Amino acid sequence: MVSFIFKRILQSFLVLLVVGLVAFAMFRFVGDPIDNMLGQERTMEDIERLRTDLGLDQPFVVQYWKFLEQAAQGNFGLSYRQGRPVAEILLERLPATLELALISGILALIGGITLGIFTAIRRRGIAANIIMTVSLIGVSLPTFLIGIVLIYVFSVELGWLPSFGRGEVVEIGGWSTGFLTESGRKALILPAITLGLYQMTLIMRLVRTEMLEVLRMDYIRFARARGIRERTINFRHALKNTMVPVITITGLQLGSIIAFAIITETVFQWPGVGLLFINAIQFVDIPVMAAYLMLISVMFVGINLIVDLLYFAVDPRLRDEGRGGAT
Amino acid sequence: MAETPLDLTSRPSRLRNFWDSDFMYAFCHAPVAMISFAGVVILILSALLAPLIAPYDPFNPASLNLMNGFTPPGEANAFTGDTFLLGTDDQGRDIFSTILYGMRISLFVGFSAVGLAMALGVLLGLVAGYVGGWVETLIMRIADIQLTFPSILVAMLIFGIAKGVTPAEYRDQMAIWVLILAIGLSEWVQFARVVRGTTMVEKNKEYVQAARLIGRRPGAIMLRHILPNVLSPVLVIATITLALAIIAEATLSFLGVGAPPTKPSLGTLIRIGQEFIFSGEWWILLFPALTLLALALSINLLGDWLRDALNPKLR
Repeated sequence: MVSFIFKRILQSFLVLLVVGLVAFAMFRFVGDPIDNMLGQERTMEDIERLRTDLGLDQPFVVQYWKFLEQAAQGNFGLSYRQGRPVAEILLERLPATLELALISGILALIGGITLGIFTAIRRRGIAANIIMTVSLIGVSLPTFLIGIVLIYVFSVELGWLPSFGRGEVVEIGGWSTGFLTESGRKALILPAITLGLYQMTLIMRLVRTEMLEVLRMDYIRFARARGIRERTINFRHALKNTMVPVITITGLQLGSIIAFAIITETVFQWPGVGLLFINAIQFVDIPVMAAYLMLISVMFVGINLIVDLLYFAVDPRLRDEGRGGAT
Repeated sequence: MAETPLDLTSRPSRLRNFWDSDFMYAFCHAPVAMISFAGVVILILSALLAPLIAPYDPFNPASLNLMNGFTPPGEANAFTGDTFLLGTDDQGRDIFSTILYGMRISLFVGFSAVGLAMALGVLLGLVAGYVGGWVETLIMRIADIQLTFPSILVAMLIFGIAKGVTPAEYRDQMAIWVLILAIGLSEWVQFARVVRGTTMVEKNKEYVQAARLIGRRPGAIMLRHILPNVLSPVLVIATITLALAIIAEATLSFLGVGAPPTKPSLGTLIRIGQEFIFSGEWWILLFPALTLLALALSINLLGDWLRDALNPKLR
């Protein structure tokens, strides 16, 4: 088990190194950094001096190492477009994205698991069939269309909820939160639903498939034969065994929530890191793109690692195998 | 059955063979499959024949009349008296025509991107599965790393980098090709994984051993002998990936990092339409959105059915 964890951590570092290489290559080869920093009026001396200052005359590997060193300290240089340190801009924008991801993640999890159990238990019911059909349409519906439909219904036609922005925010020690004001909470509803809906469908379908699989097993039949109440069987015996794959997939989905937030944030002009990233692509703001890439990969790799470890905690069979040296 | 004499001399034609196959039987007994197939065919045909069907050429400035702007669907314009089936946008372009031409671009990008992803994925998967060793480790490790990230993010990143590399004056012309590259490179992993798995099974079968014994080269064995046997799962993935690629293209274009407004795809049209939902011109948004939905849904349903019909193991 220890060797498994060690291997996983090593792999995570490898992924980060590769992503770092991509980010570094973007800095170094997409556009000339010297061109970007010096204006039109420059002499050969200026160029040479800046080249030495930036360390561009050193071997590739040395430059890469320096870049990693700087990145680990959160230093990604200045945004080409805003002229401010990239780390500062990212930190300013991060709370908005994390709050949005958190709420839609909770929404997807609760909604997905509840609907999944429901459609599995009432497999032949009309309601379950309707839910399944709607979910198939939901998978084909691109995220941005869901957002537009919600805006049209709840902002344009009904006028209940705001269609863009975060509302009023309160600063608490550098973290700007929208949870504490009414306009902030109202502004969160539509983006959170947009972002969570797709993940909810995925989780629901997964829970349903797993649950159906488990309900077919012998020990469930045996429990029925013993006359245990249906409710106890469903929630005590079946649900527990459904949860293992659900945890894995859900954990991985958490990562894609942050990535899909890019789309939702653009639809709702939500001032998070995703919107920042899209603007950076439009204006070819390389430092912001590279920093966002690094930030998001640290999150992804971290989540994957935690999910793998959770897997161990949840499924005792894996632990035993690990002890036997099978991993 | 036993009384009819076996006819060994004349072989049925390939078409006849296909027509009588289990596959066609299953197809003719699945209404969902037939409807979605009809939907896909109609949409693709109308995109292909856009210059013939479209009542206007939306990209010819001479045929545009700004006075026709914002004409509601099916109503006569107050100034010019022209009517448009699905209305016009702010510049007086006929929505029906822009959708037909937009669908062309969406489908072109979708098919090309899937083609690229398929070529790359199948090739790498074959090599990884057949050769093995460090080549396999390298290819599959790259695939694993890429799989850690959602493909839409990978596509965005490739688009951003490619945009940075191309000179500013070519960006609009190159945008479509960059999109194909970005989406194609972001979707190859699924192909590679499935092909590798199947190849590893196939390479130990007798026909491969026989081909090896008579001295065929590895390249020929992979392409002529193994490839035909791994194609049916590839076809299924290609269909599902096509829907994903079309949605990815629409998403990127919608976000403003895809097809330029001069060559609008369905996603670009939705992006344009979104600006007008507050002022009440709903048709500019609704019709492109419905077209995209119909396209994605029918391809998805077809893919779902294909997966069940061709390869029950993949479920």
